[in-house]
Amino acid sequence: MTHDRITAEPIEDDRHELLNGPLYHFSPNRREFAAMVGAGIVVSVAVGRTTAGEFSNAPLQQQSRPTDLSDRIHIGENGVVTVLTGKVEVGQDARTQISQAAAEELGLTLDRIQIVMGDTELCPNDGGTFGSLTTPRTIPQIRAAAAVARKVLIELAATKIGAEPNLLQVADNQISLPGTDQSVSIGELAKDKNIEEHFSVNVDPGVHVQRVDQWQIMGTSPHKVGGEDVVTGTKKFPSDIVLPDMLYGKILRPPVFGAQLQSVDLDASKSIPGAVAVRDEQFVGCVAKSTFDATNAVRALAKTAQWDQPNADTQVSDKNIYDYLKRHARPADSGRRRGGRSRGGTTARGSIEQGLAAASDTLEAKFEIAYIQHAPMEPRAAVAQWNDDKITVWTGTQNPVRVRGELMQAFRLPADKVRVIVPDTGGGFGGKHTGEVALEAARLAKQVGQPVSVCWTREEEFQWAYFRPAGLIEVKAGWDAAEKITAWQFTNYHSGGSSIGTPYEIPNVQCQAIRCDGPLRTGSYRALAATANNFARECFMDELASARGADSLEFRLEYLPASRLRNVLEIAARRFGWAERQKSLKPGQGIGLACGTEKASYVAACVAVEVDASNGKVTVHEVCQAFECGAVQNPTNLRAQIEGCLIMGLGGALTEEIHFGGGKILNGAFAKYLVPRMSDVPKLDTILVNRPELDSVGAGETPIIAIAPAIANAVYRATGVRVRSMPVRRDQLVKS
Amino acid sequence: MERNFEVNVNGDTRKVNTDQDRSLLEVLREELGLTGTKYGCGEGECGACTVLLDGEPIRSCTTAISEVDGQSITTIEGLSANGALHPVQQAFIEKRAMQCGYCVPGQILSAVALLAETPHPSREEIIEGMDGNLCRCCNYPNILAAVEHAVELNREARR
Repeated sequence: MTHDRITAEPIEDDRHELLNGPLYHFSPNRREFAAMVGAGIVVSVAVGRTTAGEFSNAPLQQQSRPTDLSDRIHIGENGVVTVLTGKVEVGQDARTQISQAAAEELGLTLDRIQIVMGDTELCPNDGGTFGSLTTPRTIPQIRAAAAVARKVLIELAATKIGAEPNLLQVADNQISLPGTDQSVSIGELAKDKNIEEHFSVNVDPGVHVQRVDQWQIMGTSPHKVGGEDVVTGTKKFPSDIVLPDMLYGKILRPPVFGAQLQSVDLDASKSIPGAVAVRDEQFVGCVAKSTFDATNAVRALAKTAQWDQPNADTQVSDKNIYDYLKRHARPADSGRRRGGRSRGGTTARGSIEQGLAAASDTLEAKFEIAYIQHAPMEPRAAVAQWNDDKITVWTGTQNPVRVRGELMQAFRLPADKVRVIVPDTGGGFGGKHTGEVALEAARLAKQVGQPVSVCWTREEEFQWAYFRPAGLIEVKAGWDAAEKITAWQFTNYHSGGSSIGTPYEIPNVQCQAIRCDGPLRTGSYRALAATANNFARECFMDELASARGADSLEFRLEYLPASRLRNVLEIAARRFGWAERQKSLKPGQGIGLACGTEKASYVAACVAVEVDASNGKVTVHEVCQAFECGAVQNPTNLRAQIEGCLIMGLGGALTEEIHFGGGKILNGAFAKYLVPRMSDVPKLDTILVNRPELDSVGAGETPIIAIAPAIANAVYRATGVRVRSMPVRRDQLVKS
Repeated sequence: MERNFEVNVNGDTRKVNTDQDRSLLEVLREELGLTGTKYGCGEGECGACTVLLDGEPIRSCTTAISEVDGQSITTIEGLSANGALHPVQQAFIEKRAMQCGYCVPGQILSAVALLAETPHPSREEIIEGMDGNLCRCCNYPNILAAVEHAVELNREARR
C-alpha cells in the first residue's frame, strides 16, 4: 500500500491528552541501547522523558490520505466487497453508515459490504475517530472510492459481455445489459487475475456520486450491522479477546496522584502460585492465570511498596478548584488574536475597550464547570501479543495510529513492527484517545513471552483515565442607552476554546481561552469545551434578557441573523409552544431554552422542569430539541445520537461531578457518581431538521451542548435562583 | 481457597476448580469462555453483568462462585433456542436498542426476567425493571421501545 501524502492533523488546544507523550517510559535493555546509539535514534528516548507541553505530537499523529483504490476496496470472489477504513466503531455506528455509503455508490445491497476498521496494518489512516469527522471527511472518501470501484467493475463487465459500459446497469448485485440475459456477478469479476491491477487506480475525489434525491440506501435506517452478534453476546469487544495461552495482567497504581515509587518487593507476589511480577522504572504489574490471581498478586506487592510524593498538591480539591485554576493560569499568548479566530480558541471583533466604554450599563457573572469522567460502559482494555520483535495489540481506542505511535516510542520500534487492531469498542465519548492500557498489556506480555490481557476496573477508570477539564468562565457584557449590547467579553480558564465565540451579532467581542495548569490529567470529552462555553453563553444571554425585561426567545432572535442556528431555534420554540407555555406555569415549574452551534451543526432545546423546594431536586419533565447537520444519512441512528447526547448531557447538567482531594478521587464508583438512568429520561420531542441540499456533517457531539443551559434557564424561571454551575448546586435551590 | 464447583450453565453441567471467592462473572468469562456477560463496575450498580439464576436476575460481578454451586445459570449465550432469537433479542435488533452494544446482554437479560414476572408491564413498570441497567450511550428511548416491542412479539408468539 502506498500512502504518499503525509500531513499533520490539526489539533485543537482542548485536546489536552493529545499534546502529551506516552504515559510510560520503559528503560531500554543493553542490546536495544547499543542498537539505538548505532542507528542514531537515541533522541527518541529523550523525547519519551519530556513533560507535557514540550512534547511534539507530530510523530504520533502522522496522517496519510489514501488515493489509491486498492488501499480502500477489495472485491471478493464470493461477491462481498471489503471496504477498509482507519476509523473505529465505538457505538456511533460508523460501521453501518460507512456500509450504507459504500453500498449506495457501488449499487450493491448492504449484505454484500464488509467493513474492516481500525487495523493499522490493513487500513488506510483516516485519522482518529473524533471531532465528528467521520461524516464530513471519511464518508465522502468512501463514497468516492466506491464510485470509482463501480466504474472499474462496469468496465470489466463491459469487456466480458462485449457491450458499451454506459449501456450496463448494476442491479441485484449483478452487472447486466438490460433487455438481454447477459449479466455478470461481482464475484465473477473478482476472479479476473488482473483484478488488483484494475483496482490500482487513483481515486478522483471529484468523481460523480449519487445525488441525495437518488439515494436508495443512504438516507434510510437499516438494522445495525452486526446487531445479531450484539444481542447473542457473540460480539467480541476488546475486553472479550482471548488468545491461546493468554494470561491476565494487573497494574500497581500509586496511592495518590503524582506519587513516585521508591521501592517494592517483587517477591511478595510469589504468595500467588504462577504469578509473575514486573518492574520497569515506575511501571509495576503482575501477570497470572486469572484476573483474580493477578489482582491478589498486585495487592501483595502493594503492601510492600514505598511511595514518595514530591510534587503532589494535596491541598487542592473540588472545593477550591476554581480559585486554583485562576491562580495557575498560564500567561495569555497575545499573538493568538491576530485575524479574528485562531487555533487557541480566541475570538475578537471590534474593540472590547470601546464597546465597554460605550456601554451605559454592564452585567457580569462567573460560571463553574466541574471535572467529569466519561465512564464508558467498557473500561479500557487491551490484549498484547509479541511475535519475536513485533507486537500486535487489540485494544479499545478511538485513535489506533496514535496508540501505535505510543507503542513505537515506548518500545523504540519502527512502525512496521507495531500493529494495533481496534475491535468494535464499548463507548468512547472522547475518553479513549490514548494508549495507557495498550502499553501496560504490551509491557507485561513482553516479560512473560505470552499474550496478556489487561482490563481496567471501574475504579481505575474513575481514578486514572483522563478527565474532562474543569473550567471557570467569566462573562461581562455592556449595553448602550438604546438598550443594544455593545460589548461581550468572555474568558474561559482551563476547559478550552471550542465554540467560545458568540453567534450573536454584537459589535465588540473578545473571547479567550486561557490555559491553566490544573491538578488532574485532562483530555477530550464529547464536544470538548463547547459544552462549557455554550452553557455560560446561553445562561448569560438569559441574564441579559432578564435585565432588559425581555423574553428569552425574542431577545436571542434580536441578535441572530437569518441562519441555520436561528432556524433550529425557531423550529424548537414553535414545536414546544414557547410563547403559550409561559402562561400556564405553576409554582416550582419553569421552562427554558438555549441554542448553539459547533462542528458546523446546529442545535436548540426547550425544556420544562420542576424543582422540589424541599431538597433542591431538579426534574426535567420534557425536552423539545431540534438539530440540523445537513442531509440526514441515517435517521434512526441520527436520532439515537441526538437523544444519546441530550441524555448524557443531563448528567453533566444535574449530577455528574468528580469529587477529589488529598490526591485522590473520592467518588469513583457508580453508586457515588450518578450518571443518567432510564428513569431520568424526560419526555423527548426530537426534531431532525433535514437539509438535503447541504453537506452532511457529524452528529455525535453538538446535540450535547444545549441541554444544560436550557435546564439552568428553566430552573431560574422555577425558583428565581440563577444556576451558574455544571452540575447545578442543589443546596442553593432549597427553600426552608 | 480453591475447590470444585458444579454449575449448570445454559443447560450444560460445567465443572470448575477455582477459588471460592472468585466472582461468577470472572468464572463465566475466563474459565468457561462465555464473554457475552460483561464487566461494567464490579459493584452491582450498572447491570452489564446480569445473568439469570434459576430465572431471577442477579449481578454476576458481586456473586461469588461458591454462592451458585449446584444451581442453574442462564447467560446471554443461552437465550436463543435452536438458532432462533428470543423475542427480546429480536426486539432489540428491530428497535435498534444498541449503540456500542456493550450493555445490551445485561439489558436483554433484565428485560427477559422482567417479562417473565410481568408479561404485560406498564411503561412505569418497565422503567422500574430496567433502571438498574446503565447505558452510557444513553440509548434508553430505544431500549424502552424494544422492551415494549418484545411484549408484542411475546404476545404474537403465544398465539
